Amino acid sequence: MSSIPATQALGGTRRLRDRLGDRLLFALTLLASLAAIAIMVAIAYKVVRGSKLAFSTFGLSFVTGTTWDATNGVFGAGTLLYGTAVSSLMALLIAGPLAIAIALFLSELAPRWVRGVVGSLVETLAAIPSVVLGLWGILVLGPFAANHFEPWLHRSLGFIPIFSGDPSSSGIFVAGLVLAIMVVPIVASICRELFLAVPRELEEGALALGATRWEMVRGVILFSSRPGIAAALILGLGRALGEAIAVTQVIGSATAIHASLFQPGDTLASRIAAQFQGAGTNLQTSSLFYLAAILLVIGLVTNLAAQVIVRRFEFHRTGGD
Amino acid sequence: MAALEPALDLRGGGRTRRRRLVNRFAEGVASVAAIGAVAVLAIVVLSVAQRGGGELSWGFLTKDLPLYGQPGGGIGPLIVGSALLVGIATAIALPLGVLTALFLSEFASPRLSSPIQLTLDLMNGLPSIIIGVFVFGLLVYGHTQSGYAAGFALSIVMLPLIARSTQEVLRLVPLAQREGALALGASRWRTVLGIVLPSALGGILTGTVLAVARGAGETAPLLFTTSIYANTFSTDVSHSLPNIPVQIFIWSESADPNDHKRAWAAALVLLLFVLATSLLARAALGRTRKKLGQ
Repeated sequence: MSSIPATQALGGTRRLRDRLGDRLLFALTLLASLAAIAIMVAIAYKVVRGSKLAFSTFGLSFVTGTTWDATNGVFGAGTLLYGTAVSSLMALLIAGPLAIAIALFLSELAPRWVRGVVGSLVETLAAIPSVVLGLWGILVLGPFAANHFEPWLHRSLGFIPIFSGDPSSSGIFVAGLVLAIMVVPIVASICRELFLAVPRELEEGALALGATRWEMVRGVILFSSRPGIAAALILGLGRALGEAIAVTQVIGSATAIHASLFQPGDTLASRIAAQFQGAGTNLQTSSLFYLAAILLVIGLVTNLAAQVIVRRFEFHRTGGD
Repeated sequence: MAALEPALDLRGGGRTRRRRLVNRFAEGVASVAAIGAVAVLAIVVLSVAQRGGGELSWGFLTKDLPLYGQPGGGIGPLIVGSALLVGIATAIALPLGVLTALFLSEFASPRLSSPIQLTLDLMNGLPSIIIGVFVFGLLVYGHTQSGYAAGFALSIVMLPLIARSTQEVLRLVPLAQREGALALGASRWRTVLGIVLPSALGGILTGTVLAVARGAGETAPLLFTTSIYANTFSTDVSHSLPNIPVQIFIWSESADPNDHKRAWAAALVLLLFVLATSLLARAALGRTRKKLGQ
């Protein structure tokens, strides 16, 4: 047997270069991916380290403390957690049903050309910068709500504590409305994808059995995409919980908890945005870092929860049968 | 012939009518919700255009910022500063994002890719004010506010967006193209750089433009990293740069009605840029998808 010289030639410079190139590209892309992970780790590290002083001073009672007194150096996140929870829940209560209805309109009801136009308009709503939406919120929506919407709610539902109190153009109520506008496009576009992914045969089966379109939607589409809808709502909630700029512009900033939604409040993110730059003492800066740490935990938990739901859902759909 | 008399009444009775009514009602609610969302968009855009349109002029777009409490002035330095910040952010986020996406779609095993994918998703869901706090602690604390710190902060917002959109386009590049190149004896890196990346280039660019549109409007990452600046043009990235979003925020918090007018006009400029770029990019993205899908 004689060896073939051609393979020898191929094994020369070209193979070496290719092997180097492969390694190099692999290493480069791996490094970039690791950089993304490193940034996330660094964010968590910096935020937690910054809050060390406040943590050693107040401990875990910081989370429930309702005092925020810069002159005496006593800080607590209680009122801010309340404001964050109430404004975000209000946003979700308004935006959730609306977004699901919009998604149903886009996936089931609208003629093809309307789908494209309305669909991209709804996504455009998400592209409006939050600072512009906040500007509109404080100068247009706020006064409108204070003059028309809130008095009406107050007259008809004033016996409920949250609708008691005098209408005002900045407060938790207006913040909830602005956040709802931000949440709608997020939830709507995720839900539309979910609804479009429901198998056509199931829908047609229900219709063939004599169900009306609404009965088909309720029994087939909404039913089969429940986990996905939950994940979409959680992602929308996460967006509302973390929004800083627009909320700072419209919420009015307050240091106490008010039962009325019309009164000013403050959220974790808006307090950071409003005070971080002008913090007078190290303890105040550290307390603001502590707020950021709480916000980080909330953000990570909501996102992880949504991911887990989606993964399980996909497992069921693909591997379930 | 006797008329046929069906024993069963095939016309709907009361129950059917009710079901139909409920169906009509549900359809109505869905349509009204969709109209409502479009109406909100129209109201926001129109009120910004109406209030900001009167202020817009060549002078407003090119002059220095007004001195405190004085009339006149413009937003020239803001436009230059914002462009620089977004430029820095893109210069960081584009290569990182594209390389990460390449790793995920061309090299990584599932065990390696899922933590990276999760990191990108978490980064995308991160409240942007936290990014501001982080970069303040990393690059500003103990130094001064600077353009590159703010650009880095914006790049953290843009990175997951670019990585995600690049991944989606790479997924659309047919497997047959890769296999064809490999079967002809091309090495992995030549396949990726010579075949896969060029066919995905259009999609990557439009994804980047979308990320730029998003980054240009972000305020929270800039609030602690580039918010104290002079009122004149500046291109010095080692110091704070004037920029549109932070200035709109400052003006919107002011009590002076003149500042509100300026805020509206600046908001109109920002909004026009963001809406125009994102609509164009979306249209282009649809075309790329179609082209690659065939």
